[in-house]
Amino acid sequence: MAELGAGSLSLGDPVFNYQEHELNERLKRLYPAVNEEETPLPRSWSPKDKYSYIGLSQSNLRVHYKGHGKNHKDAASVRATHPIPAACGIYYFEVKIVSKGRDGYMGIGLSAQGVNMNRLPGWDKHSYGYHGDDGHSFCSSGTGQPYGPTFTTGDVIGCCVNLINNTCFYTKNGISLGVAFTDLPPNLYPTVGLQTPGEIVDANFGQQPFVFDIEDYMSEWRAKIHGMIARFPIGERLGDWQAVLQNMVSSYLVHHGYYATATAFARATETMIQEDQTSIKNRQRIQKLVLEGRVGEAIEATQQLYPGLLEHNPNLLFMLKCRQFVEMVNGTDSEVRCLTIRSPKSQGSYPGSPNLSPHQGAGNSHIHTGGVDSPTCSNGVTPSKKSKSHSSVVSSNMKYPSTSSSASSSTSSSPSSINYSESNSSDSTKSQPHSNNSNQETSDSEMEIEAEHYTNGVVEGSSTRIMNGTYKHEEILQPDDNSIGNGVTGEEGYRNGRQLCGGNQAATERMIQFGRELQALNEKLCREYGKNTTHKKMLQDAFSLLAYSDPWNCPVGQQLDPTQRESLCSALNSAILESQNLPKQPPLVLALGQATECVQLMARVRSGSCSFARVDNFLL
Amino acid sequence: MKNAVIGNNKQKANLIVLGAVPRLLYLLQQTSSSLELRTECAVVLGSLAMGTENNIKSLVDCHIIPALLQGLLCPDLIFIEACLRCLRTVFISPVTPVQLLYTDPTVIPHLMSLLSHSHRTQEYTTQIFSHCCKTPEHQTVLFNHGAIQNIAPLLISPSYKVRMQALKCFSVLAYENTQVSLTLVNVLVDGELLSQVFVRMMQRDQPIEMQLTSAKCLTYMCRAGAIRTDDGCIVLKTLPCLVRMCSKEHLLEERVEGAETLAFLMEPDVELQRIASTTDHLVAMLADYFKYPSSVSAIADIKRLDHDLKHAHELRQAAFKLYASLGSNDEDIRKKITETENMMDRIVSGLSESSIKVRLAAVRCLHSLSRSVQQLRTSFHDHAVWKPLMKLLQNAPDEVLVMASSTLCNLLLEFSPSKEPILESGVVELLCSLTQSESPALRVNGIWALMNMAFQADQKVRVEIVQCLGTEQLFRLLSDPDGNVLMKTLGLLRNLLSTRPHMDQIMSSHGKQIMQAVTLILEAEHSAEIKEQALCILANIADGNTAKELIMTNDDMLQKIKYYMGHSNVKLQLAATFCITNLIWNEDDGSQERQDKLKELGFVDMLHKLSQACDANLSDSAKTAMQQYLA
Repeated sequence: MAELGAGSLSLGDPVFNYQEHELNERLKRLYPAVNEEETPLPRSWSPKDKYSYIGLSQSNLRVHYKGHGKNHKDAASVRATHPIPAACGIYYFEVKIVSKGRDGYMGIGLSAQGVNMNRLPGWDKHSYGYHGDDGHSFCSSGTGQPYGPTFTTGDVIGCCVNLINNTCFYTKNGISLGVAFTDLPPNLYPTVGLQTPGEIVDANFGQQPFVFDIEDYMSEWRAKIHGMIARFPIGERLGDWQAVLQNMVSSYLVHHGYYATATAFARATETMIQEDQTSIKNRQRIQKLVLEGRVGEAIEATQQLYPGLLEHNPNLLFMLKCRQFVEMVNGTDSEVRCLTIRSPKSQGSYPGSPNLSPHQGAGNSHIHTGGVDSPTCSNGVTPSKKSKSHSSVVSSNMKYPSTSSSASSSTSSSPSSINYSESNSSDSTKSQPHSNNSNQETSDSEMEIEAEHYTNGVVEGSSTRIMNGTYKHEEILQPDDNSIGNGVTGEEGYRNGRQLCGGNQAATERMIQFGRELQALNEKLCREYGKNTTHKKMLQDAFSLLAYSDPWNCPVGQQLDPTQRESLCSALNSAILESQNLPKQPPLVLALGQATECVQLMARVRSGSCSFARVDNFLL
Repeated sequence: MKNAVIGNNKQKANLIVLGAVPRLLYLLQQTSSSLELRTECAVVLGSLAMGTENNIKSLVDCHIIPALLQGLLCPDLIFIEACLRCLRTVFISPVTPVQLLYTDPTVIPHLMSLLSHSHRTQEYTTQIFSHCCKTPEHQTVLFNHGAIQNIAPLLISPSYKVRMQALKCFSVLAYENTQVSLTLVNVLVDGELLSQVFVRMMQRDQPIEMQLTSAKCLTYMCRAGAIRTDDGCIVLKTLPCLVRMCSKEHLLEERVEGAETLAFLMEPDVELQRIASTTDHLVAMLADYFKYPSSVSAIADIKRLDHDLKHAHELRQAAFKLYASLGSNDEDIRKKITETENMMDRIVSGLSESSIKVRLAAVRCLHSLSRSVQQLRTSFHDHAVWKPLMKLLQNAPDEVLVMASSTLCNLLLEFSPSKEPILESGVVELLCSLTQSESPALRVNGIWALMNMAFQADQKVRVEIVQCLGTEQLFRLLSDPDGNVLMKTLGLLRNLLSTRPHMDQIMSSHGKQIMQAVTLILEAEHSAEIKEQALCILANIADGNTAKELIMTNDDMLQKIKYYMGHSNVKLQLAATFCITNLIWNEDDGSQERQDKLKELGFVDMLHKLSQACDANLSDSAKTAMQQYLA
């Protein structure tokens, strides 16, 4: 550190970058609940928020005194760049005394914004300090209380703010000195003050490992808060709670159409399922179609099963149609697919797609903003059962790729089968010749791996979904002439072969025609309901795909990703449920969203315990 | 039977009275009976053992232990577990003689071998070990049978109970045992040093019991010299952990154990005492130990009151112990302790508590604080601590007496304002009786207190001491086998003979015996310090008006003085030279004759030689002596 003189640091300096990296890592580990976009953490002293007798150096971490130091009127302080965010739960920084200077009148502590900087921390209201010369603590007062030992050159003094109980304690050379202040106000800044010439101190906001084991202290509070939550008294209502929980699980399964699992669960817990069986199966079928990209069929099925639904939801219809267009580009929609000669086997195209863990983020973003990142509740609750109930379908499709007809017949008996469209079954026959080639084999074996992955994978969150997505692409587009001839295998082979509408001329024409219809629909909606910028944007994005020779690798290519189907699927599902006077969101998701939001709200209202009560700590 | 006795002590007692135990034991031992039956027997016996202490006694009287130990040889794991479980329950009872585990030498090795069988055998076996390891001999037996290697892997067992019992085992094995401790520091568990494993088990999110027991293990290893006191795992982990255990948020039992272990950890190390004194307001935190039973608990909750009452003594004695340890070296810490709220009052009342443990701890604390000159002058006098201390000295057991008399020694120092009132309370007789004690520590303290008392005392006190002690006892003490006693007795003599008129008076009545005793000491094999004391006594005698003749007429003694003037030890040379200086001091009557006689004996040459000595003190005093001839 010594050779890193003041100002000699540049961004290109590898040492600096390393330290910066280490700082970020440490802060992330110590304060995972802090959203630095809202509430940045202190990382250095503020060159703006200091008295003129204070000099800063070494990336604003070193503080030295440059005044006369005649008496207490020459005292000078500096605050950190940002206040301590409440979401830290427990916050800690250390200060090393490089030199005690003439008299060692140094104060280490906390102060609110606006407190006079021509003073040592602790002397004024909303200011708190521990002073080296006498070891006293100063709690917003000119007279100190006996607190700890004195400190001097070479000592490392730490200051820990507990935002859960609003107290503060100090450490000296890694030893806790006990509580110094209680009832601290919010939004305090780390602060140091010096008073005589020669006094120099270095701050450590996480740039280096701390001398005191703060993580051990945090672990104690984490355990305390988890214990508090786990032992939350529910009194006499134990039975009620169990019923509520069972109801939540059951409704979640029903909501997403996991019919077999839901009935098994209902049997085991002796509860009732609210919705009737056919209704669930219908929703399941429609969802599966959307997730497979066969949006046209999904629209058809919806209109048939829930007449009037889409008519009453023109926005939803428009979104569906837009998606249908995108899927035509993709070559997945049945209107296009029936025209191409190399349609993949229908059943295997989205193995166990209804099992797919619903993507929570999009459907209920207004209450569940964190949902995209956090592993969603479905994962914790249902994976093993789901895979069990559908494993027969998956394996029968996968293990006998060459006998597609038998596969489809076997699956048609399964409740989760989607073998209802005529065009679809003819596709599967057509796909026969291709399914014998080596690529097919490879992809089949991949499929098994994927399927296995899937059962575990559901709990892994977004990465699994992307894997499935990629896999679907491959599978859908895989029977491509070149690859057969060259024997090219692997992802690249498929990617190179991807063509607009599967490369079929008739299909392309159908797509363009559909595009025109879509345009017309938009105009119609505009006339009836006025301009809708979301629609316009959606339509623009969809049409933009045509402008590129390789739509999959273009700026708007993201639309083609199968994961994009999930939000639409969930919107359609919710609309159907709503039309049946059922909740459009499962209570489990609501509760989860509520809890997540509540924890975030705690951070905003400065309740430090939010740091250790994170929802994802309780999942898994 | 099993279902009838579960949770019902009355039924258990009934069954025992009806003679069920011998029958069950008979069935258990019948190899011809089915394993299920034998196992059920062991289970019922285990259930009976869960009852009252009387139940356990009856079981032990029926020779249940050898029968169960025999059962452990059966190959069936379920049966072994049932037997072990029952054995465990019997052995953890305080009424079972632990020696029964060690009677048959094949038992321990067999138990060790069972450690590999299952979580249950691990849990029960280690629990039996930790309850039956009470003496250094037990530690050695277990150690020699590979306890460390066999139990160490259990520290990372997936079962919490196994980890906890293994940890407890190590804490009893390492207690005051250097051999075990030195082995432990080098043990690796899954590639990790044992001390690091203990540190991990001490993390703050671990159960308190585990943190506390790990801290005990590290404390014992440190006290046995296996870990340095400045090691990070002691300073930054063990000590803070133990301080935390003293805080209000923990159970009373944990607070007692934490404080006692902490007191033990830092007893010999002033640096640890300093760190502890600033950690988490420990000194103030301990004041809370005296607030049980609290006024709130008395009214609100009978159950709590009972609990508090039961632990109140334990808490107080633990706090006194910890204060004693904290204040044993550092003056600032002592000041901090005495300034704690009502501290001196608490000690004073602690000295007269009914519980012997509290009295002992209180007097230890007082003793620790009495090493402070400032406290002796101020708080000790203000609170008249001598009064309860004197009371404590009447009819107390030896361990209390040792501490109390040692404290009294400090209170009798000449600058202590308590000295006067103590003298008036008739302490001399008590101290003289202590010098006749069997215990060397008590003899030392008795004579030491008398020595302090005689220092610059007035004639009345000196006479009282001499009369009360009696010359016979005084000379018996001069041949005491304990070097310390001898030292302090010589010191007493020196103080008694320190001013001329008193000395002449004493020498006129006891001169012959005293000279004889000094001669004996100078002739015998003793340490230089003791001989120095003897020479100093001679120097005092040489300063007397009439007493100096006792030396001048004793040629043998003069030869001895001369010998010590030429000794290799400077201190002895110096003391001998003082002796001569006093004899030839020319302001005294008859100095000329003495000077002449000593010159004849060659002392002047000797002084010449010494005036050339390298040691400045010695050459100066030799020169002073020479000047007496010149004047």
